[in-house]
Amino acid sequence: MIDYLREIISGTWSLFVGLGITIRYFFQPVVTVQYPHQTLPMTPRFRGHIELVKDEETGETKCIVCGMCQKACPSNCITVNGEKREGVKGKVLTEYTLDFTKCSLCGLCVESCPTAAITFSKDYNLAGVRKEAYIFDLKKRLEAKN
Amino acid sequence: MYVDPEIIRLLAFLIGVIAFAALNAAYLVWLERKEAAHIQRRIGPKEVGPFGLLQPLVDGIKLMTKQLIVPAGVDPVLFKIAPILVMVPAIMSFVTIPFSDTLVARELDLGLLVIFAFASVNVLGLLLGAWGSRNKYAVISAARVVSQNVAYEIPMLVTVVTLVMISGTMNLSKIVGLQMGGFWNWNILNLSASPLMPIAFLIFFVCMLAETNRAPFDMAEAESELVAGAFTEYSGMGFGVFFMGEYANIVIGASVATILFLGGWDCPFGLFPGVHWFLIKMYFLIFTVIWIRWTFPRTTFYGLLNLSWKILIPISFVNLILTSAMLKVF
Amino acid sequence: MSAFAESEAKETFVLNLGPQHPATHGVLRVKLTMDGEYIAEAEPVLGYIHRMHEKMGENRTWAQFLPNTGRMDYLHALAYNHGYVSVVERAAGIEVPERAEYLRVITAELNRVSSHLLWFGAFILDLGGFSPLLYAFDDREHILDLLESVTGSRLTYCYFRFGGVYNDIDDNFVPGTRAFIKRLRERMPMYHNLVTKNIILMKRLQEVGPISAEMCRKYGATGPVCRGSGINFDVRKHEPYSIYPEFDFDVPVYDQCDSMARYMVRMDEIEQSLRIIEQALDKLPEGPVMAEKVPKILKPAKGDYYHAVETARGSFGLRVVSDGTNTPYRLKLRSPTFSNLSLFGEACQGMLLPDALALMGSLDLVIPEIDR
Repeated sequence: MIDYLREIISGTWSLFVGLGITIRYFFQPVVTVQYPHQTLPMTPRFRGHIELVKDEETGETKCIVCGMCQKACPSNCITVNGEKREGVKGKVLTEYTLDFTKCSLCGLCVESCPTAAITFSKDYNLAGVRKEAYIFDLKKRLEAKN
Repeated sequence: MYVDPEIIRLLAFLIGVIAFAALNAAYLVWLERKEAAHIQRRIGPKEVGPFGLLQPLVDGIKLMTKQLIVPAGVDPVLFKIAPILVMVPAIMSFVTIPFSDTLVARELDLGLLVIFAFASVNVLGLLLGAWGSRNKYAVISAARVVSQNVAYEIPMLVTVVTLVMISGTMNLSKIVGLQMGGFWNWNILNLSASPLMPIAFLIFFVCMLAETNRAPFDMAEAESELVAGAFTEYSGMGFGVFFMGEYANIVIGASVATILFLGGWDCPFGLFPGVHWFLIKMYFLIFTVIWIRWTFPRTTFYGLLNLSWKILIPISFVNLILTSAMLKVF
Repeated sequence: MSAFAESEAKETFVLNLGPQHPATHGVLRVKLTMDGEYIAEAEPVLGYIHRMHEKMGENRTWAQFLPNTGRMDYLHALAYNHGYVSVVERAAGIEVPERAEYLRVITAELNRVSSHLLWFGAFILDLGGFSPLLYAFDDREHILDLLESVTGSRLTYCYFRFGGVYNDIDDNFVPGTRAFIKRLRERMPMYHNLVTKNIILMKRLQEVGPISAEMCRKYGATGPVCRGSGINFDVRKHEPYSIYPEFDFDVPVYDQCDSMARYMVRMDEIEQSLRIIEQALDKLPEGPVMAEKVPKILKPAKGDYYHAVETARGSFGLRVVSDGTNTPYRLKLRSPTFSNLSLFGEACQGMLLPDALALMGSLDLVIPEIDR
């Protein structure tokens, strides 16, 4: 009998304690960020899709078309093509395509590049309506950025 | 042409009551979403209108434009009547509720009995809707809701009987009249009638939550989400009417609790009684109902019934006996 | 979502807890044979998210499999990363510098805390309480921000590499983590007051879903499931790896065997993980984060290697068979949740449906990990 009453009293008290906690949070400020009206800056290491890095001296990419990134990628997203040109040592990059529909942002390509020619971008606003919009031509993007 | 002023008064009340019920049903949804949001430290609806106030209107338009799917094998009469059977008693109960000493549609001497009679019809509507849906799981769900309602009507009515013994009348306006003059006169603190009065208020409140199928007792809507609910076959506005009926029931329950225990339209310090105090107390109780929903998890069905049969009913009977003993002695 | 078939012999019918759920169980289908209100038999049907990770392991080089490890159990991805790089390092004989080991342990334990917080929120959501989920997610956001500043991702991390980690931490990580530990320690009493001591929850979880120790041994259940039944087995203590022997932490074991015991084990594990992180932050040494001389094309010696790590759900074991080439010959992943789920069929016989759901929630299932 005593246990029965004790359980009722302690149970009811636990309910009131719970109510007290939620009403305390009711009066505290919100912790959400109202996204389209407010945005947060991305951290420096944030992994967006990769982009080509501009070489300050030559104004071109640092890519030497070695194909290490293409070999390292587990999902075969990267296609790199280059050609030999007159008077230029080494290959010149003609095409760098990233199929972002398959990329898993693992970073094996960035890690394997010997000249640090690619890096992660901070781009996260990538909503689109067509799949073709996600086949990124990184060379064109680099030229558009300059 | 001579029109009886009584008829005009009744018409005005009819329109007022329906408008009040409809406005409440719509904007209680807004209140629930906002309150739930702030408890969870986020902002609820805010894009549609200032503070999201137009959100219920937009949701209503959406519900009305949905196709009213009536499944092939349902019983045509029962299926369509059920939402009406849930909504109409709730609105009818507004007839006897006194919002202030002058604002009452019809002051009945048996007002309390009328309200509880109508509350029982609400369950009938749910059961008929589930039966008419010809869905085995809806019927099982509805059967559970019926047993839940029956189990919780008993402590509620026993508590109400206690109050009627103290007040000596079932007329709601007179019950409030006996509590006028400041919060120390209110029935919740009426310890001279029975020392367990605040507990009686708690029992009544919990029974009100269970009668209106609100969390933590919302078996009909939620736990059955893995099987089927009593409303599975209803879509669009049919579901909307059930929903509005639920909110109308909450308003009725909160009003009755205010009248019986919290002094109706009385000001806490006895200064300026009026309808505004009634509304403030009623909305405070509704706020608490919503607050409880977003704090606690759900009970199981057997826990629910055990709570009623093993805890609420014994305590309410003890209260009844104690009250009658004290009335006899003092 | 519901199927109905009657059998002539007994009055039972088959109910389908379909692959789509309103709760967060993932794509799990359970065929329940119900005898009125009680469950007569339960048969989990798997395979709705089978993505053939083990087959992919045979067709990718050793390094190319790394992103897959983060996608199996995405809630505690770093422990899966840890298991894979440890087994390959064991196979190839690569030594990991100390700073890298410490960073691995710190980030893996932070991930464990975030996994347990999400489990907590989802479990209470299953039972009908909506607010603790959002409070847990508030805390989890802090962890995700910390881990994003280190690894760059919020959920499916691919941070560990053979011989170390991908990059070093920045200056804000250590103070940020200490502030988070302090914050979470202050919030834990709130969780206990709001949820653990709540009479409704106690009635819902106590003596519900008993799983005896023999049943755990029979099905090979590990992790909080076996620790809630009295079996004291934690891979970090009993088959120690990395630098866990240097830390002083307890392994919570409860022997009531019910859902409440499993719940309490996980809540106590959060506190123990915070202790490990604190000690690791105090002792964090300077140094390189990547071993030198890790071959670009890894070709471990021929042989059969096994390594197990303790994830939030149990003991995750990996067996690699290497044939000396640059792709594994066979990669076997021992999923802890698979063993945990296999006892569901026997454990829930004769239970009511809501109790079976509470049991399923307390097992902490992540279906993509079962199906791999």
